[in-house]
Amino acid sequence: MRVRIEITRRPEIADPQGTTIRRALADLGHEQVERVRVDRVIHLDIAGDDRSAIESQANEMCRQVLANPVLEDFSVEVLG
Amino acid sequence: MRTAVVQFPGTNCEHDVVEAVTALGGSAELVWHRDTDLSDFDGAILPGGFAHGDYLRTGAIARFSPVMTEVFRLADSGAPVLGICNGFQILCEAGLLPGALIANRDLAFICRLVEVEVADTDTVLTRTATVGQRIRIPLNSYEGNWVDPTRRGRVVLRYVDDPNGSQQQAAAVANDRGNVVGVMPHPERAIHDFLGSSDGNLLLEGFLHSLAPA
Repeated sequence: MRVRIEITRRPEIADPQGTTIRRALADLGHEQVERVRVDRVIHLDIAGDDRSAIESQANEMCRQVLANPVLEDFSVEVLG
Repeated sequence: MRTAVVQFPGTNCEHDVVEAVTALGGSAELVWHRDTDLSDFDGAILPGGFAHGDYLRTGAIARFSPVMTEVFRLADSGAPVLGICNGFQILCEAGLLPGALIANRDLAFICRLVEVEVADTDTVLTRTATVGQRIRIPLNSYEGNWVDPTRRGRVVLRYVDDPNGSQQQAAAVANDRGNVVGVMPHPERAIHDFLGSSDGNLLLEGFLHSLAPA
């Protein structure tokens, strides 16, 4: 089954990449962009068909290694 | 008193660290990241580089290397554990130091001598220094911007200017006990005047003195 994991930096933590992109967009005339955040998406293909087991396994992977709890939140979606 | 210098795949400052420690009369030996016994060592240094390619996040994979079990044991026992640059990032990912390191504020790779001020001398890196003392050591990093939402970290060295946006201008951070320290600039690259500075010796001497039994 395919799992989509979205890892986002917490709003209170700076995102220098997002800040730089916002500045570049403003230089291109898109001054109305107020905030840019660059997040990360990871797709996993996991063997098996137990949706809830796969979902909890993916959550476990996020807690173990895929996300840094100091900085990031994550969400897991089993796409099927 | 022996120091283990931990080499991960992608570490690239390990020989500089061995050279610097040896030049100060210390004994340092490379250990591979798969080694599982550091019982012959009295402390450990995690040098700079790009451990495991820095994939996912800097230090994220390295913290799971087998040798880290022994690094945790040394840290728990109160032995000196020092992470330099990428080693600092690994110690944060491992939870041995608070916070995390993100990209520099201006997204520039910074490679120059920086001036830092000693903020705390009760750590294995700074015990031979004095508070307020200024030293010059080279910074060489892209992800050197330390953030600590918990504000638990003890700032050991502060940048005199603000090169990368690091919280509290921290260039080095310690755990509560002061035996685990991460430093972003490289003391081992500032050990001779002909390298631009020999101030790094002061910090490495602090580390070597900390190896002695309390």
